[in-house]
Amino acid sequence: MPKRIMFTMGDIACAEGAISAGCRYFGGYPITPATEIAEWMARRMPEVGGAYVQYEDEIASITSVIGASWTGTKAMTATSGPGVSLMMEAVGLAVMTETPLVLVNIMRGGPSTGQPTRGQQGDVMQAKWGSHGDYQIIALTPASVQEMFDETIRAFNLSERYRVPVFLLADETVGHMRERLVIPDEKDIKLEYRKLPTVDPSEYLPFKPDDDLVPPMALLGTKYQFYATGLTHDERGYPSDKEEVQIELITRLNNKILKNADKIVEVEEFMLDDAEIAVIAYGTPSRSAKRAIKDVRQEGIRAGLLRLKTVWPFPERHVVDLATKVKQIIVAEQNLGQIYYMVKAAASPTPVHLMTKPAGMPQLPQEIVQMIREVHSS
Amino acid sequence: MAVRLKDMLKREPILSSGHRMCAGCAAPTVVKLMGMALRGPTIVCEATGCLEVATTIYPFTAWKIPWIHVAFENAAAVASGVVEAINAMRDKGRYKDEQVDVIAIGGDGGTFDIGFGALSGALERGHKFVYMVYDNGAYQNTGIQRSGGTFPGQETTTSWAGKVEPGKRQRKKPLAEIVAAHKIPYVATVDPYHYRDFITKFRKALEADGPAFIHAFSPCPRGWRSDTSKSIELAKLAVETGLHPLYEVIDGKEWIMSGPSKRLKELRPVDEYFKTQGQFKHLFKPEWAEFRAWIQEEVLKDWEELKRKCGVS
Repeated sequence: MPKRIMFTMGDIACAEGAISAGCRYFGGYPITPATEIAEWMARRMPEVGGAYVQYEDEIASITSVIGASWTGTKAMTATSGPGVSLMMEAVGLAVMTETPLVLVNIMRGGPSTGQPTRGQQGDVMQAKWGSHGDYQIIALTPASVQEMFDETIRAFNLSERYRVPVFLLADETVGHMRERLVIPDEKDIKLEYRKLPTVDPSEYLPFKPDDDLVPPMALLGTKYQFYATGLTHDERGYPSDKEEVQIELITRLNNKILKNADKIVEVEEFMLDDAEIAVIAYGTPSRSAKRAIKDVRQEGIRAGLLRLKTVWPFPERHVVDLATKVKQIIVAEQNLGQIYYMVKAAASPTPVHLMTKPAGMPQLPQEIVQMIREVHSS
Repeated sequence: MAVRLKDMLKREPILSSGHRMCAGCAAPTVVKLMGMALRGPTIVCEATGCLEVATTIYPFTAWKIPWIHVAFENAAAVASGVVEAINAMRDKGRYKDEQVDVIAIGGDGGTFDIGFGALSGALERGHKFVYMVYDNGAYQNTGIQRSGGTFPGQETTTSWAGKVEPGKRQRKKPLAEIVAAHKIPYVATVDPYHYRDFITKFRKALEADGPAFIHAFSPCPRGWRSDTSKSIELAKLAVETGLHPLYEVIDGKEWIMSGPSKRLKELRPVDEYFKTQGQFKHLFKPEWAEFRAWIQEEVLKDWEELKRKCGVS
């Protein structure tokens, strides 16, 4: 498809991003405020030769995505709060079976049913820790309609490259806002696909990693024989209760993300060169922060923004570097403080101030201005 | 229980007016009819859905009896807990009421789909409670997505009608039959037009010695794109076309066709029902004539099968 321009909402941009990324399977279940993604996919998937299937609940929709992914089809699902909670067991299963998939969470007010039509950034820690066991996932945090498109493509690329579930963590405001979207010519979109095995089937070890710690992935129905299981398994894919197998497997599953963090993490630095005060934000609050920084600079306060486009793996190196340059850090999150604790640990001993807002309206620019002034004068 | 209009009107409604349900929605009527069948202290456990969200938000909170919102998938499980805990408390002498009825309510999404496991589990365990599904044929609360309760040919925002698809292609899940297969004491289908039938059956459900299930048909003008003044007529039409036949099943084996269905000499064509709603409009395009004919055939087959089960010739 040649370049197109749309004026559309974040949810639809996400669906279009998935289609441009080559997603051809969507396991759906309605839930506010992510439903528009399912609705758009229900309409678009048949047009591009893909499948939209609606399931009886979120447990079924995400596990169908795991099944679909093993056939070699790029697959995704989209949900919100209560739906993510139901999907959490399957996230662990996808981590353990190293299944590429994209899980879109349009974050709404929680816990429980919360405020379905209002935004929040309350699921940041859930994305990382919501399933049981020690594991790593990747989570991206878009802040605009264009990024809903771009970061969805990046989510697919990362999930294919590292064989890991990737969260697109967008607050409801980003999901429902309408902005200009540029869909590039398909020639200009860089797509990645999982490594396939090249060895003779008799030599294939389904969970033997390459140097990048990621094993090539055989697909269902090909000449390669394999087992994929949620049980701890050795390189052959066979379940094992041996201590060394457990340690080796989960260490590798963690390291394939952590040791590649520099290739995964993306941030935006805004007016940080001479900054004394840095704001760290992601998603909608980062937009308020930009405005606030421009405003306080008029008053002579040297402030800047570190916008996290990736929250998991946590951009530790960026925060450590930042902490050596600035005097104070403000974390503005649409929750009661989640990424704040990660920042505080990484930035120590540089003081880190938390600015919370666990509700639908994000921090307003003037509120962030006020916070920067207070921190500046303290 | 003989139902007289005069007595019904004397009952204090369990749902006050001024709630936020859409104009023409039949669900509040369904709940009010349910209220007229109650026999004493009653607790309602309600799954997420239109009825839950639109009858509870302050200052439009409308319920006059104890009510608990559960999540989407677990109304039957929460009701199970309520029933068993009350029994335990009563055994210890710490619960005074001799008789407390527990009712679980879910929409078609919360019952046919996501809550189905919890429902089946509760029926198997045999708790004494009534589960009522108000079936408006789709996930109307999130904006009209298809469910297991959606009819074939129905257009929703996840079963679009167009050049290649006639709306939803699959059959509607035969939920009342599946529930009856659990061999629970009482299963009945109802609709808000036939109010005497509705209330009589609901009271039987409350009096059943074990789990009981009520499948209430509930027109939704917003989702169906139908006239807001026609909802109760549409409920009647659904019975007359055989899309929602009225019957009872006792202990999973004794099938009884209810009066309003039994009295029909023959079914009216489903086209008469389809014509009343925007969601079926596309079915009258020439390309879907065959599909429409298939739906009609299936409805007639199901009707014959139901008559056979009920011993109606």
